[in-house]
Amino acid sequence: MKLLVTLFLALQCALGAHANEAAPLAEDPVVEQRLITIAEELRCLVCQNESLAGSRADLAMDLRREVRTLIKTGKTDAEIKEYLVSRYGDFVLYRPPVKPTTWLLWFGPLLLFIGAFWLLVSIIRRNQRQKDTAVLDAVQRAKAQALLQETDSSK
Amino acid sequence: MIPELGHFALILALPVAAALGILSLAGGQTGRADWMALARPGAQALWWLTAFSFGCLTYAFYTNDFSVMYVAQHSNSKLPDLYRVSAVWGGHEGSLLLWLLMLTGWMMAVSIFSRQLPDVMVSRVLGVLGLIAVGFLLFMLITSNPFVRLSDIPADGRDLNPLLQDPGLVFHPPMLYMGYVGLAIPFAFSIAALLNGRLDAAWARWTRPWATAAWVCLTIGIALGSWWAYYELGWGGWWFWDPVENASFLPWLVGTALIHSLAVTEKRGLFRSWTIMLSLIAFSLSLLGTFLVRSGVLTSVHAFATDPKRGVFILLFLAVVVGGSLILFAMRSGKVRAGGSFSLVSRETFLLVNNVLLTTAAAAVLLGTLYPLIIDSLNLGKLSVGPPYFNAVFAPIMTPVLFFMVIGSYARWKNDTVAELTKRLRPVAIVSVLLGCTLPLLAGAWSALVAMGLTLSIWIVLASFVQMYRQFKDTANWKSTPISYWGMHVAHIGIAVCVIGITMVKGYETEKDVRMTIGDTVDVGGYTFRLTGIQQVPGPNYNADRGTVDLIKGDRVLRTLHPEKRTYFSSTMPMTEAAIDTSLTRDVYVSLGEKLEGDGKPAWAMRVYHKPFISWIWLGCFLMAIGGGMAALDKRYRKKVAAKLSLKDIKGVAA
Amino acid sequence: MKKALIPLGIFAVLLVFLAIGLTRDPHEIPSPLIGKPAPAFTAPVLNQPGQTFAAKDMLGKVWLLNTWASWCVACRQEHPLLVEFVKTNPLPIIGLDYKDKEEDGIKWLARYGDPYTVAVTDRDGRIGIDFGVYGVPESFLIDKAGIIRYKQIGPFTEEALRDKLIPLIKELNK
Repeated sequence: MKLLVTLFLALQCALGAHANEAAPLAEDPVVEQRLITIAEELRCLVCQNESLAGSRADLAMDLRREVRTLIKTGKTDAEIKEYLVSRYGDFVLYRPPVKPTTWLLWFGPLLLFIGAFWLLVSIIRRNQRQKDTAVLDAVQRAKAQALLQETDSSK
Repeated sequence: MIPELGHFALILALPVAAALGILSLAGGQTGRADWMALARPGAQALWWLTAFSFGCLTYAFYTNDFSVMYVAQHSNSKLPDLYRVSAVWGGHEGSLLLWLLMLTGWMMAVSIFSRQLPDVMVSRVLGVLGLIAVGFLLFMLITSNPFVRLSDIPADGRDLNPLLQDPGLVFHPPMLYMGYVGLAIPFAFSIAALLNGRLDAAWARWTRPWATAAWVCLTIGIALGSWWAYYELGWGGWWFWDPVENASFLPWLVGTALIHSLAVTEKRGLFRSWTIMLSLIAFSLSLLGTFLVRSGVLTSVHAFATDPKRGVFILLFLAVVVGGSLILFAMRSGKVRAGGSFSLVSRETFLLVNNVLLTTAAAAVLLGTLYPLIIDSLNLGKLSVGPPYFNAVFAPIMTPVLFFMVIGSYARWKNDTVAELTKRLRPVAIVSVLLGCTLPLLAGAWSALVAMGLTLSIWIVLASFVQMYRQFKDTANWKSTPISYWGMHVAHIGIAVCVIGITMVKGYETEKDVRMTIGDTVDVGGYTFRLTGIQQVPGPNYNADRGTVDLIKGDRVLRTLHPEKRTYFSSTMPMTEAAIDTSLTRDVYVSLGEKLEGDGKPAWAMRVYHKPFISWIWLGCFLMAIGGGMAALDKRYRKKVAAKLSLKDIKGVAA
Repeated sequence: MKKALIPLGIFAVLLVFLAIGLTRDPHEIPSPLIGKPAPAFTAPVLNQPGQTFAAKDMLGKVWLLNTWASWCVACRQEHPLLVEFVKTNPLPIIGLDYKDKEEDGIKWLARYGDPYTVAVTDRDGRIGIDFGVYGVPESFLIDKAGIIRYKQIGPFTEEALRDKLIPLIKELNK
């Protein structure tokens, strides 16, 4: 009986030894998480429109390595982005910076929204005014009647 | 021989399309019945010629005729049969032929399903479409001929891009093109109306099913594209705001505004100018999309191989078609003045509000898409506008749309009151807010964005169900309710379902990037994944590393997944075939990465995702499409047929 | 009538931008380093183990930094032009072997010629990143004060050498 129990336990151990929790791919998951958050907003420079986070290109891997190093040395997100922008220009940012050349981009939708609202109001107002003046007189009514009859017959 | 016949068919199609375009339009303008009579047979002849040409190209692909340059560039003898056919539209030239096939197909449909339209209208519509076909035929014959032969015949083709060797490619482009091209039909109807000077409720009733049908195709096409990107690209994303994705989304947004504007024009004769403008813009955006994808002005994974000559041609075509239509609009819009009125609180107002919002959203997306181009043209440097911008800008504009959607469907035409609406909607609103704000707690962490998304979605679903129930209960004969009524609710529920999917996925998805050896496990989203083996598996035109991963919940193995990493013979870039287990409440997604170097047991990089409710995104789109289909098939669009039958019946009885 | 012309007006403006866009290359990223000091670096010399080269060694001279690699196809196009160029132009060219194996780099130069005053290696690509290199070949013309004056993206062509580089070198040497 003891032999059986021992064998059973040994078997459990053997099985248990296989059920290892996989180690995270990255050395430091916290750093990696921050890397992904930053890299998702950066552009892979050699790809056909992919983010730095997802790209498998060589340069992308090199740049991710650089960003990782910068994170470990305690740089802030803004400093890391500045590091890349000073080397590659604004092109590397997927979130365009707010500067005079991008004011139209960032404030455009808001302007469009306001413009749309103003358009809406003016259409409704115009329609309200029209409502008050849209009354047919006898001549117009007769004309309308004739037109209606003509439409019915030509169908 | 066959490719030459295909080529000849296209050459022949050119004078046919030109004759159709010129004579039908002239016939409509002058009233000549003999010219107008050419419209329907002309359109059908064009379809047969194009279909024949397409068949020849497909034959060349199927029989591995590598003497045809296009086949050699996009196919391979080891390519499986199904992909040999879909490779026909895998490149620029063939996809143009597909475009043309869709255009002539729609023209064929218009020629058949238009018995109740006056001949003048039909000949004008088909005439406009014929001229558009002329443009595409010229484009193909001059710059993008798929039938060009190679004098040096290669032993084997270059193979279809491995990314495209997938069932998604078989359906996504044809569906998408059906949508893009389908928007040419309301475009043509609008041109016809502007030429005619007559724009009444009847015109709106004729145009509406075509616009809706095109919208349905576009919805399915975009949904398929998103779904395909999700399972094929291996990183779990499903929308990237890539310029080409935006190029398809823009006509969809405007198309949605169009079908709703048509509703108002049909019902009340209002918003005529807006309806015309929207239909012109929708198709213009389709053409703009064609330009962006094929001219090389923007960087995108979708972009076709470029040639400056092609870009110039499309730009000219764009200028003529869009410029011409806008000039006509400027000249004739005075005659299209709206009649009738509506009060501030009415269905018209809410439809107008949402249409304005949809168009604003489209304008914002267009701005973001074109901004890098604009800045570069002004020599102000190079910019990138990516997902962070679009997400920041799009969501705030679309959120009110979801809110007003419900109010619009509840409000009465012409005149309603705030008090009345509040009374009817208050219970729904309260329940939506309660559920929307408490459900996130059940799912895990609470977040304001998730709460808002859920509240709005539940608001839409509840309101629709309440309305449908009332229709069922309060109407004397609910079966006589037109099918388009139910279709509207199905489509609206579809949007809500889609929003739930997006909200839940964005709010609660989790992933882990791990290093696994055989036997290792990883826990994600309440599931355990165990790697039990990796084998080398050969495929028809690739070699693959195939992993075996057990999906375990608790202590039960639910399923075995097989993620693959394929190396195609024709390409050096390895492709990931993710393994996905889909269910209504979540997807689990396993992606096999590279083999990792190191001493000890061999290990692989694996990425595991848990994506709750992601399938709701595409389910919602599917519901939208079904709803649209129900609306397009409404009986009132087929009235003439019904009238014919009853007349016959009467005659029969009399006899 | 006037209001109805607005869409046409917007479209016309759009067309102009699209037309100009056709003449641009969306893949070309201009360098933000033009007019700024060249990043300082020291790099091991190719084929001289133990020796290093520092960018500041070149102060007071006008020089060209040319990135290349044995695995780079376009470099093979550019290289003969550079080899010819140094025969008639006294411009010091420093070759930066980017992300390459030393033996491969040495073999490649032996095979295709060596126009470089000094050839250095950038094994992990760090120096390249500091210069904003995103593809090979790329070249930077640096003046006597160490400021970057010109970047050639992609391989040099006859025209680029003749029309851009030579006049600029002349000017910087005054």
